[in-house]
Amino acid sequence: MSKLLQVENLVKNFGGLTAVSNVSLHLDNNELVALIGPNGAGKTTLFNLLTGVIPASSGSIVLSGENGTYPLNGKRAYKIADMGLSRTFQNIRLFKNLSVLDNVLIAMTSKFKEGFIPTIFRFPSYYKTEARLVAEAKKLLAIFELTDDVDVLAKNLPYGTQRRLEIVRALATKPQILFLDEPAAGMNPEETANLTQLILKVQHSFHITILLIEHDMSLVMNLAQCIYVLDHGSLLAQGTPDEIQANPAVIKAYLGEEA
Amino acid sequence: MKANVKYNLVWLIMMVAGFYLMNTLILVGVIDSFIENMLVTIGINIILATGLNLIIGFAGQFSLGHAGFMAIGAYATAIVTQTASTPGGFYASIFIGIVISIIAALIVGVPTLRLRGDYLAIATMGASEIIRILINNMKITGGAAGMFNIPQFADWPTVYIMVCVTTIIIVNFIHSRAGRAVKSVREDEIAAEAMGINVTKWKLAAFVLGASTAAVAGSLHASYLQTIAPNDFGIMESISILIIVVLGGVGSITGTFVAAVVLGVLDTVLQNFGALRMVIYAAALILIMIFKPSGLLGTWELSIKKIFSRSKRKERVES
Repeated sequence: MSKLLQVENLVKNFGGLTAVSNVSLHLDNNELVALIGPNGAGKTTLFNLLTGVIPASSGSIVLSGENGTYPLNGKRAYKIADMGLSRTFQNIRLFKNLSVLDNVLIAMTSKFKEGFIPTIFRFPSYYKTEARLVAEAKKLLAIFELTDDVDVLAKNLPYGTQRRLEIVRALATKPQILFLDEPAAGMNPEETANLTQLILKVQHSFHITILLIEHDMSLVMNLAQCIYVLDHGSLLAQGTPDEIQANPAVIKAYLGEEA
Repeated sequence: MKANVKYNLVWLIMMVAGFYLMNTLILVGVIDSFIENMLVTIGINIILATGLNLIIGFAGQFSLGHAGFMAIGAYATAIVTQTASTPGGFYASIFIGIVISIIAALIVGVPTLRLRGDYLAIATMGASEIIRILINNMKITGGAAGMFNIPQFADWPTVYIMVCVTTIIIVNFIHSRAGRAVKSVREDEIAAEAMGINVTKWKLAAFVLGASTAAVAGSLHASYLQTIAPNDFGIMESISILIIVVLGGVGSITGTFVAAVVLGVLDTVLQNFGALRMVIYAAALILIMIFKPSGLLGTWELSIKKIFSRSKRKERVES
């Protein structure tokens, strides 16, 4: 059986700089994978390549669905999102001046079609679709305890809640794979512990695959079933948390060599 | 469902009431032809400015080419109604103007909407100048002298109805799945795209819808004034539409209405002041921008739904 997402020899050059070189990785169904590495290792660039924000220089990304495989390279970001790859951002990118509910509804846009004429002239079908959308969004927000904040503007939410809302928004696109870019950045230990629980809940109740970038090792080691280590754009190691912790190359990349 | 019917009914009653109010005022003689002229100009400006507010305030695309699309509508009506001088010909000419301006908006929008901010403003300004210069050099449009004796089919009821129709279309567009997509593009293009929003498509949708309502306004302008010339649709016209949008509040359709009325009245009143007119007009604008930089209403909208739910909440508190 083929993997859910198969990435082969992915390369990204920015001029003379190779930000990502020959990275191959794969994600299984309902797997929780972590991507770690020192700052500037190319983790976020890899995320951007996978979600189509920037095009890859070479290599292939293939998604396996129920009816065969779909190559994702060269596809525009919104098409990739439509195929079930959703993400959060390292520096939160919510729709700041819109309400929490609108943020979630926007993520559902492409899943609910409504014609121009029914929308403009407010046919009953328009109200029906809209009611269904709002009900679904509210259901999702309730799971993440955001029900009280539906009408609050996203920019007025506390930092931790903004991170949570970003995860809700990503889930509203009904993804198969969720990419989390440093979800615990800027959080205190207690918030990080809550986030760990939240991510586990998401993985189990939505049956999705999660790939996350994180610097917080307690979160990574608690959650990940498999870890990829990236350094200077290339894959340094991969394995279970225990294997990675014992890997001399990884320790060298993080702590430097003994003099 | 029931609640929606109620809100829509209230809006409909307000529109009909407004129509009859004006009708009576004209019959009684409170509104003379001078004031009627002012009201029609305000109506046309409302159509233009709500369309531009959709593009600038909701889609976040800074366009300075609105007068170009207005010119397309105006000339479509002028040319068609001079050969087919019937009300049917007039409505057909509005339709033709819309179709041509949609095509023009697509041609202009596909390459330029990749640009942002100032660059987009200059590109759209250039596009509207191209339209104006094309009209200036064509035989069928009467060249630089313009066109005269355009039959008058647009009286104030036509303009009033058109204001209502275009506003309903734009407001319903904004408060829907489409409007949310368009607003997400304004907020953050990268995040919108990552959420499955086809950014190019929605930008273009807002731009094309705004352009087509500008064409309607152009048709009404040509038919009401009966005289048009290419210079009516220059950069100054685009700027004066922009002033209405900015003054009312970028992102508030209610604000656009208020600003169009305020500026229309101000403009008419100041006509008695001769050369001082532009000085006072400019000073008023500067004062408003100093004390209310987000425009008269900011992003506030008049909403029947909110008014109803507020009075309901009050009842609950009292009981």
